[in-house]
Amino acid sequence: MNQDTSRDAQWRVELRQRINPKERTAIDRVVMPQLDPAYRITCNEEVNQGITAEQAMTEATRCLDCNNPQCVTGCPVGIDIPGFIKRIECGQFGEAAATIKLTSSLPAVCGRVCPQEKQCESRCLHNKMKRPPVAIGYLERFAADWQLANEDESSQAAPAVSPDAPRVAVVGSGPAGLSFAGDMAKRGFRVTVFEALHEIGGVLKYGIPEFRLPNRIVDHEIDGLRRMGVEFVTNCLIGRTLTIDDLREQGFRGIFVASGAGFPRFMDIPGENLTGVMSSNEYLTRINLMEAGRGGDTPVMRGKVIAVIGGGNTAMDSARTALRMGAERVMLVYRRSEDEMPARREEVGHAREEGVEFMTLHNPVEYVGDDKGRLCAMRVQRMELGEPDASGRRSPVPVPGAITEVPVDLVIVAVGVSPNQLVPSSVQGLEVSRRHTIVVDEETMCSNVSMLYAGGDIVRGGATVILAMGDGRRAAAAMAAQLQSE
Amino acid sequence: MNKIVSKEQFSAAVTKLVVEAPLIARSRRAGHFVIVRCGAHGERIPLTIADADPVAGTITLVVQAVGDSTRKICALEPGDSLTDVVGPLGKATRIEQFGTVLCCGGGVGVAPLLPIIRAMKAAGNRVVSVLAGRSKDLIILEDEVRASSDEVIIMTDDGSYGQQGLVTVGVEQVLQREHVDRCVTIGPAIMMKFVALLTKKYEVPTEASLNAIMVDGTGMCGACRVTVGGRTRFVCVEGPEFDAHEIDFDELLQRLRNG
Repeated sequence: MNQDTSRDAQWRVELRQRINPKERTAIDRVVMPQLDPAYRITCNEEVNQGITAEQAMTEATRCLDCNNPQCVTGCPVGIDIPGFIKRIECGQFGEAAATIKLTSSLPAVCGRVCPQEKQCESRCLHNKMKRPPVAIGYLERFAADWQLANEDESSQAAPAVSPDAPRVAVVGSGPAGLSFAGDMAKRGFRVTVFEALHEIGGVLKYGIPEFRLPNRIVDHEIDGLRRMGVEFVTNCLIGRTLTIDDLREQGFRGIFVASGAGFPRFMDIPGENLTGVMSSNEYLTRINLMEAGRGGDTPVMRGKVIAVIGGGNTAMDSARTALRMGAERVMLVYRRSEDEMPARREEVGHAREEGVEFMTLHNPVEYVGDDKGRLCAMRVQRMELGEPDASGRRSPVPVPGAITEVPVDLVIVAVGVSPNQLVPSSVQGLEVSRRHTIVVDEETMCSNVSMLYAGGDIVRGGATVILAMGDGRRAAAAMAAQLQSE
Repeated sequence: MNKIVSKEQFSAAVTKLVVEAPLIARSRRAGHFVIVRCGAHGERIPLTIADADPVAGTITLVVQAVGDSTRKICALEPGDSLTDVVGPLGKATRIEQFGTVLCCGGGVGVAPLLPIIRAMKAAGNRVVSVLAGRSKDLIILEDEVRASSDEVIIMTDDGSYGQQGLVTVGVEQVLQREHVDRCVTIGPAIMMKFVALLTKKYEVPTEASLNAIMVDGTGMCGACRVTVGGRTRFVCVEGPEFDAHEIDFDELLQRLRNG
């Protein structure tokens, strides 16, 4: 690998001069090859098929390698985006992947699930020229997948972790925990990750469906961490099976809590506890983690006419999963308009292509059951947009009298999650907010309890994979500095 | 993997398993439960902890075979292993010196009741236990219950053992003759509903331990939600015990039946 990766490195200067900016700008943005919607809803195969090496090199050529790359500032983990893209332009795919891995522990995951249109890609210079931004997410995924397919990483010598190195514990194996674990292992610490479920990966396994993020991708990233010496303990609920004090007694000198925002929110409307109304967490966990309908012993309600409540990524995942489970009609009920949906644009597009009906500007006000307590209909209130609220989005206001009843036999509520208090409540003296999140210093992610750091949804209350990873990264840097100074 | 150390068949459908789980054996309290999984594609099943031996590092589970997953668990032999066991889950029972405590259990509900009976006795309470089952062979753990109770009343539906009649008959006998300070009930939801109605009449504070449908058991799925005092609560993290007089048993029964 050419060691100098800076913008002024000889190879980058020459590469920039090879094609002039006007020609680079004239190239059309790559289109992600996708499975046909009619086929993909019959199976669980990954929808985005990934771009070819040739497509990747052409797309990489679109990047102007500009003087002041704003894309990097839009990345919560600060990936050297032009650095890896220019490697791809040269055909050095392994080096591209290595560049990403300097700052991101889960490139194949982020390339698939990050909301790039709100982060790196939103700051691309091409936008200013009224051109679509460089497909940074597709390129990231390409580099990570190329490495996965072409480099036998298992043969690479693992960094030797000294048996005398300080031990650190991670509570939760989702994106924040994995990112932290990777960064600490790279720094030579001995890392043990404790997971309450029987599978490693947290929301990457139980939440995000196979057709968007295949489990083999997640497992590959986890195997990489194992090779770096990270140990994983499943079925261990910190706060119950072992306490934080137990961990300290066992010699863990630093603890990073990344236990996620497990609690599903409901809307507190009549009929919500009828059989046939469930949280998206329950629906997706049964299908993704427990393999309901795909050989697992766990059952799941199928439903013919399904309504999913919400407009985020989890709502899209639930609606698209319902189609794949054989639903005849899937409606997405969202109280604002499509412009305000928090989901990734790509997921909204995929859901629409697959036949999900968008019932925007509607909000459920009641669920109606039969005499056996089973859901048979929902009453929805039509909404209109009023003034912008605290989030800057125009707030939905009910249209008086505009309530209709729609027959449904399954409702999946995907209106957000709250932090699970199980871990925070088990630590004496730990400062938590009114929303039950752990209060931390924003720079160091350290809580008010000594050597107890936290990040991800237990701090943010419900955010994205990449923000959680950024937290893990900052916590690792701060904890490592703290431990090394002692 | 958690190894089965020993096994005892209480009746055709009810099996006692002693399982290696050293960390849980050490940290569990009366009222806690575990989630177990049997097989690589197994379902996550909540089971209450009947007993634990922190020295041997084992917990005791009493399992009633009612579906495919529980049948699979009951078919395990000593030396076999459960694929996963996680816990202890839920909130522990409130144990205090209340005075006289009435503990009534139905069917396999007696298993999770046993640690509560022991803890109530150890806390200095007078403990009256009412055990109920359809017939004699469905009355379990009688000796163990007797060892920690001041009095034991046995009720069977068919009269094959103890007195003939439902659990409420035994409960009312006690409530009529003496002052009871607290009641704890564990058993089928329908049984707990009628125990609750009765103790409400006599104004005896009552806790019922609910056995709801769960997936993860840590607050994530919300499948176990139940209405208590007009508010939705999660059995897995806020329970499994709730004020029996506030529980919407009819909703719970419907959710269990439709589940």
